[in-house]
Amino acid sequence: MEVTRRKLLQGMGFLAGAIALRNLAGPEQALAAVEDFPGYPERFGMLTDTTMCVGCRWCEVACAQANSMPPPAALSDKSVFNKMRRPSAEALTVVNRYTDPADTKRTVFRKMQCMHCNEPACVSACLVGALEKTKTGNVVYHEDKCIGCRYCMVACPFGALGYEYSDALSPAVRKCTMCYQKVVREGGIPACAQICPTKATIFGKRSDLIEVARGRIRSQPGKYTNLVYGENEAGGTSWLYLSSVPFDQIGLPTNLGKTPIPELTRDWLLAVPLVLITWPPLLLGFRSLFRRQEQIAEEEAKNRKVV
Amino acid sequence: MATKILNPRGSQGSWVMKNLLMEKTPADYIKSLFTPFNAIAAVILLTGGIVAYLRFTRGLAAVTNLSDANPWGLWIGFDVLCGVALAAGGYVLASAVYLFGMEDYRPVVRPAILTGFLGYFFVVIGLLFDLGRPWRLPYPIFVTVGGVASVMFLVAWHVFLYLTCQFVEFSPAVMEWLGWKKLREWTVKLTVGATVFGVMLSTLHQSALGALFLLAPAKLHPLWYTPLLPWFFFISSIIAGMSMVIMEGMLSHRIFNGHADSDHTSRLERITLGLGKAASLVLFLYFWLKVVGLVHGNHWDLLSTPLGSWFLVEMLGFILAPCFLFLWGVKSKNVALVRFTAVLTVIGIILNRLNVSVIAFNWDISERYVPRWSEIAVTIAIITLGLIAFRWIVNRMPVLKEHPEYPGGH
Repeated sequence: MEVTRRKLLQGMGFLAGAIALRNLAGPEQALAAVEDFPGYPERFGMLTDTTMCVGCRWCEVACAQANSMPPPAALSDKSVFNKMRRPSAEALTVVNRYTDPADTKRTVFRKMQCMHCNEPACVSACLVGALEKTKTGNVVYHEDKCIGCRYCMVACPFGALGYEYSDALSPAVRKCTMCYQKVVREGGIPACAQICPTKATIFGKRSDLIEVARGRIRSQPGKYTNLVYGENEAGGTSWLYLSSVPFDQIGLPTNLGKTPIPELTRDWLLAVPLVLITWPPLLLGFRSLFRRQEQIAEEEAKNRKVV
Repeated sequence: MATKILNPRGSQGSWVMKNLLMEKTPADYIKSLFTPFNAIAAVILLTGGIVAYLRFTRGLAAVTNLSDANPWGLWIGFDVLCGVALAAGGYVLASAVYLFGMEDYRPVVRPAILTGFLGYFFVVIGLLFDLGRPWRLPYPIFVTVGGVASVMFLVAWHVFLYLTCQFVEFSPAVMEWLGWKKLREWTVKLTVGATVFGVMLSTLHQSALGALFLLAPAKLHPLWYTPLLPWFFFISSIIAGMSMVIMEGMLSHRIFNGHADSDHTSRLERITLGLGKAASLVLFLYFWLKVVGLVHGNHWDLLSTPLGSWFLVEMLGFILAPCFLFLWGVKSKNVALVRFTAVLTVIGIILNRLNVSVIAFNWDISERYVPRWSEIAVTIAIITLGLIAFRWIVNRMPVLKEHPEYPGGH
């Protein structure tokens, strides 16, 4: 990006107070990150029904192909399940194996990737706008803006972001984009949903998927934990899960509450303009007060000498 | 040119010798550099340089234990968070003297501002190691204007502006050293404005560093996570700043005895006691604020866990204990005790920042972060560079002593 004189001036104009103004009357994205908003109505989503997942890991293969990344370990190699994996710069989605606490002989598989939050913590964390929640629901990353502070990774409650720590000079964050190019530009469906042999992971409008998920819970009483994970968690996510076991048993955090994470810094951001407005007159007022006292003391001392 | 420098009677040579070489001939000056301190410093810097080379040729993975689960380590937790907190003496002392007219503290304003400036400068140097693409450091300021909902955006702007501010605040000393009287007068006139601006910026970015962690409610241990985090960081930075100025007084008193003028030394003890009293008060406030955070969080059950004990160590051993030790030291006019307590308090602030960013962060996951030797080597190298810069400047510029041509000019 070119640094033009205009841009430079724009930047300078931003000095401080502008933060307040932008928050009050700024573009949609700034609002989206701090305001309570119901989300883009037509956004896409994914539903992963862990009761249907057989742990074949074909989604890992399709994901690697779609993102031009090295292929995962051979599908026949079941040893990959011996330890918990997380999405990384090498694999944007991973399938983990968990044990059903009610029946220790039974295993549950769960695919893991970016959750595409309605109001993503990572987007509000990013200081250069390198992460973006698109109107279609995808959370995408712009490598050309990223400075590599990794605050997005600190903020992400789902542990979904990977970083290229081995790249010396141009490391990037790597994350699932819910196949943004494929879905939005080509009208296709994400690679993992397309390949899934059991249809455990499906793609659609988020609002439709919530209905599908609720329908499954209703039609098969006793099978599912009565919760569509992602409907409200941390303000809701585009990726939804169904499970027969409690969600914290399959590695999904259940301590997030319903508040979108960006809300947590909202009050503090409001304090910014307040400090900017009140501090200078307050401090200068104090200063003139103290100086006046000094002057009075000096004058009195002088008068005393004269007398 | 060379002969001129070697000739002590040449006007240019004498300026260089007087102001750069500390009134020694070049040969003597170079000889004077061979000291045990410098030898150790050279080894530290060499090690840091090797790690820097590895960092920029093989990546963060080659020299750090950072991972996807632990994206921030010692370089953020210590170099940045502690660096900024411990540099707070600049705004605390500048506002006391330039705004609130506390003339008694004038002798320590310049060293405090210098520490502040160098502190922030080396925070940025440390950041260059940690950032994935350090040359994009100016992006948030000049290129990608946006991200206004980001606390980090504010941190970036404020560190940039505050560094400028502190440079203005310190520049009278540089002008006196260079003998530029006109320019010095101008910079002195800017001091009040720069101080007001500096206090404003400091209030916000000191608290912003705490606000950064508000986005990680599920990762930071509930005893440390509270909506009051920004308050804690701001209030404790005042304590850190005052304690650092007390410590500086102690160090400069010993190391620079020959340079600090008699006025400075005699007033130093009174200043130390005054700062100790103020620090005790703010520590008291900080302690009760932390209690409010604890009550608000309502996680009393966690106090009986190992990390709960660790929390109590911080609360009682490094906040309440120094609060009373300061008070005792001031009441009994025991300068040594006040200085000892300042050291204890600084350790406590460092502990707090490391607790929030590393020790109590990701407390419930199996993959814990422990810094690698090479991370520690870089941190120590940066501290050493800071000390060398501080020494170089105070040995030459009127920081600890008044310039004879500008009496009362501090």
